[in-house]
Amino acid sequence: MSTTFSNEVAATPAATRKIAREDTYWRGVGRRLLRDKMTLVCGAILIVMTVLIVFAPLIAPWGPTDGSIARRLKPVGTPGHLLGTDELGRDMLSRLLYGGRYSWFVGITPVVLAFVIGGGIGIIAGFAGGKINMAIMRVTDVFYAFPSVLLAVAVSGSLGAGIANAIMSLTIVFIPPIIRVAESVTTGVRNLDYAEAARATGAGPTSIVMVHVLPNVLGPIFVYATSLVGVSMIVASGLSFLGLGIKPPDPEWGLMLNTLRTAIYTQPLIATLPGVCIFLTSVCFNFVSDGLRTAMDVRA
Amino acid sequence: MLYYIFRRIIYIIPISLAVSLVCFMLVHIAPGDPIDAMVQPDTPQEVIDRVRAEYGLDRPLPVQFGVWLAKVAQGDFGTSLIKGRPVLPDLVSASGATFILACTGGLLGFVLGCVFGGLAGVYRGTWIDRILLGTAVAGVSVPHYWLGMVMVIIFSVNMNLLPAMGAGPGGSTEWAWDWAHIRYLILPSLTLAVIPAGIVTRTVRGLVSDIMSQDYITTLRGKGMRRRGIVWHVVKNAAPTVLAVIGLQLANLMGGSILVETVFAWPGTGMMLNTAIFQRDIPVLQATTLVLALFFVVLNLLVDLVQTAIDPRISRR
Repeated sequence: MSTTFSNEVAATPAATRKIAREDTYWRGVGRRLLRDKMTLVCGAILIVMTVLIVFAPLIAPWGPTDGSIARRLKPVGTPGHLLGTDELGRDMLSRLLYGGRYSWFVGITPVVLAFVIGGGIGIIAGFAGGKINMAIMRVTDVFYAFPSVLLAVAVSGSLGAGIANAIMSLTIVFIPPIIRVAESVTTGVRNLDYAEAARATGAGPTSIVMVHVLPNVLGPIFVYATSLVGVSMIVASGLSFLGLGIKPPDPEWGLMLNTLRTAIYTQPLIATLPGVCIFLTSVCFNFVSDGLRTAMDVRA
Repeated sequence: MLYYIFRRIIYIIPISLAVSLVCFMLVHIAPGDPIDAMVQPDTPQEVIDRVRAEYGLDRPLPVQFGVWLAKVAQGDFGTSLIKGRPVLPDLVSASGATFILACTGGLLGFVLGCVFGGLAGVYRGTWIDRILLGTAVAGVSVPHYWLGMVMVIIFSVNMNLLPAMGAGPGGSTEWAWDWAHIRYLILPSLTLAVIPAGIVTRTVRGLVSDIMSQDYITTLRGKGMRRRGIVWHVVKNAAPTVLAVIGLQLANLMGGSILVETVFAWPGTGMMLNTAIFQRDIPVLQATTLVLALFFVVLNLLVDLVQTAIDPRISRR
C-alpha cells in the first residue's frame, strides 16, 4: 500500500509534505483511511467493544460475581446464560463484559502514560543533544537489555499483585522504546532547514519546540505508541494470567483464562472465550495501528 | 572494524553492571522493609536476622550492591528462601530446559517467517501477500498463553495425540532427544514460535520487496541472470537484518517464555520465576531475572558481531 514516494520522505516523517501541502495532509490521511477496509472494520469492532464495555452494567444480564455452584459450567446457549457459566456458576457474558473494563484499562493506561513520559523525555533528549542526549539514551539502553515480558513480570512480581503495580510495571516496559522513537524523530526534525531558519530568526528553544518540533514529531510517536497497545493488552492480561494483576473474584480476561484452565476437559469452548476477547482486541488494535501508519505515511 | 568490535565488547561491561543494578533493586522496590518481601510473615526472628546479615541489609545501599555483586561474580546467586538451598543448580537445569524450548521455538518461527515473508515480498500487492500479511499480524496479536490452551484442547484433549504438560514421560526432568521427549516439546515450541514467525514474516516481506525494487536487481535482470541467482542476491542483502531480528527474538523467547511454560508446566526458568513470585521467593526471582537479562545482553552482542562480520558497512557507520 505504501508507494515509492514514502521511501523518499522516510527520514522526515510527514514534515516535508506538511509544509508543501498544509491544507491537504489530514484530508489525505482521512481519504487513505476510508479506502483501507481492514482498518475501518477493525476500528468499528473496537468502537463496538468500547460501547459494550462502557455500558456493561446496563447490558450485562447478571452481576460479574453473582454465581451459584449449582449452575456451574453450563454450555454456551443455556437459556439465561447466552455464553454459559464459568467454574463457579457465574454468567460468562456478564463477566466478559465487566472483565473488558479491567483488561482495557490495564492494557491501555500504560501506553498512554509511556507516551506522555517517554515522549517528553525523548523529545528533550533529541532536542537538547550532546551530553543530555548521551545520558538519557544510555539509561534507556539499560532497560533495553531486558526482554520486555521478563521486565514486566520481574517488576510486578517484586511489587506484588494489584492493578496499580501491573500498570506501573508495564509503563516501565514501554517508556524506553518510546523514548528511542521520540529521540530519533526529534533529532531528525531538529537538523532540518526550517528549524535552522527559525533559530536564525531568533526563536528561542521553547518556541522552536512548541511551534516547529512538536507538530512534526507527535504524529510518528503517536503511531508508534498505538502499535504498542496490542502487545500491552496481551502482556497485561498475561500478568493477570500469572496472578499478578487483578485479584479474584473481580473478572479480568487473563485471570478468567487462568481460572477456567480446569474446565478445558469439560467445557473447552467456554474456557477459551476470554482468550478470544484478548486476541480480538489485540488484533484490531494492531490492524488499526498499521492502517494509521500507512495513512499518515510515517516510518518510525 | 577491529576497533568497532573491541568497542562493542567493552560496552557490554557497563551494560551488564547496570542490568545487575536493576536486578539488585528488584528487592528494594518492593514497598516497606525489603526483609518483609523476602521472608514469610510467620518466619522466626532468627531466620530474619540470618537473612538480614546475609544480605547486609543494615548497611548502605551502594555497599550492599557491591557485596551482592561480588557474590554473584563468584557464582553465589543467593539461597532460595523456600527450599533453603543455593539457587544456582536449579537455575542451571531450568535454563537448559528453557534454552531447548526457546531454540526450537525460535528456529520454527525463523523458518516459517522466512518462507511466509519471502513469498509475501515476492508477490507483493497480490492476494497471497494480503493473506500472509494478515496471518502475520494475527500471529503477533495472539495471546500465546491462550493459543497454548487451544492447542492442548485440540491435540491433547480431543485428539489425544500429544501430552498436555511436562517435559518428559512420568514427569522426568532429564532431557533427551528421543521421540518420548520430543512429543512433549511439540506443542509448547509451536506456541512459542507464533510471535517470532509473525515478526520475521513482516521483516522479511519488507526487506524482500525493498530489495527487489532496487536498481541493482533490475540490472541483474537486465543482464539476463536467472531467478536462482537473483534470489541469492536478495538473500545476501536481507540476511544481516533478518539475523538481527531473529537473534533479538530468540533472546526475547528465553526471557518471555514464562507464560507458555506456565501453560505447559515446562520445567524452565519461566516456571521457576512463576513459582518464585507465587511464593514470594525474591532471591530466586532476582537470580533468574539476572541470568536471563545477562543472556539477553550477550546474545545482543553476538548478533551485533555476526552482523558486522557479514555486513562490513555496519562498522563504518
